[in-house]
Amino acid sequence: MSFLGFCEWLGNTRGSVALHGSLRAYPILESTHVLALCLFLGLAVMFDLRLVGAAMRQVPVSQVAQRLLPWIVAGFAVMVITGALLFYGIPVKTYQNVFFRAKMILLFLAGLNALVFHAGIYRRVTAWDLDPRPPLAARIAGFASLVFWSLVVVAGRMIAYDWFGESA
Amino acid sequence: MSLLPFFGWVQDLRVGETIRGSLWMFPALESLHLLGLAVIGGAILLVDMRLFGLGLSGQPVRSLARDVQPWLIGGILAMLLSGALLFTSEPIKCYHITAFWVKMTFLPFAIAFTFTIRRKVTMADERKIGPVWSRLVAIVSVGLWSGVGIGGRWIGFS
Repeated sequence: MSFLGFCEWLGNTRGSVALHGSLRAYPILESTHVLALCLFLGLAVMFDLRLVGAAMRQVPVSQVAQRLLPWIVAGFAVMVITGALLFYGIPVKTYQNVFFRAKMILLFLAGLNALVFHAGIYRRVTAWDLDPRPPLAARIAGFASLVFWSLVVVAGRMIAYDWFGESA
Repeated sequence: MSLLPFFGWVQDLRVGETIRGSLWMFPALESLHLLGLAVIGGAILLVDMRLFGLGLSGQPVRSLARDVQPWLIGGILAMLLSGALLFTSEPIKCYHITAFWVKMTFLPFAIAFTFTIRRKVTMADERKIGPVWSRLVAIVSVGLWSGVGIGGRWIGFS
């Protein structure tokens, strides 16, 4: 079965039909998805700003990471769960939306950047923990994170605008 | 006195007409508005969490508040600008939406609270403030800003 076939099957399940047709649940999910941005992306941005040396320059990087990452991960979990449910409610149209596809690619790139950072320069954080301006690799990771996540937000917002869909 | 004539005047402004007539301007402004939301959310939450003893609890409240202040102000300015432009494109519609008025009621209180009482508490000597007041300020701050955010999101559902 193709992924489109899977989406068609998913969209015909009782839960998906009920969610799509619900007057309350879908807006509540959308609101939760958007407002959880403050927790997830807001704190991630603060961490990234520390990495590029633009905020909290006197606070050890490892402390920012240890203290904020649990909240960032919790916020991300809310984003993923609400996001998955939003997809579940409207699978076919969402899958065919070009901005949704762009968002998924950008999400992958943002995740890859985080992975490279944690497996790479962050392993040696003790050597630069107190640097007001972290080393280049860390600054690049912070900057790339800011760019990728911003683009994820923009692409996410644009999913509502089905410019290139069949109904457009 | 009704504000409707003012909203009607805004409706006829060239800037709103330009945004209405453009395919990409409204979504671009919405995107900017969302990015501002993330920056404000992060700058507010970082300090409110600290006031609650969460997050960066090893750092003095005052230095954290000072560190994020430029980002908070920048985020608020980006929000006010993008929000005002979004508003010019559909003022009459906003006038008839309850969520818009809910948001506009919360907004001045949220901004005033942030730059008066909350600012005073974050800049004060922590030993003199005590955990009860710190937590109360954090709760009121998150509450007021949540009112702005939820009201704002709900404008789109009306």
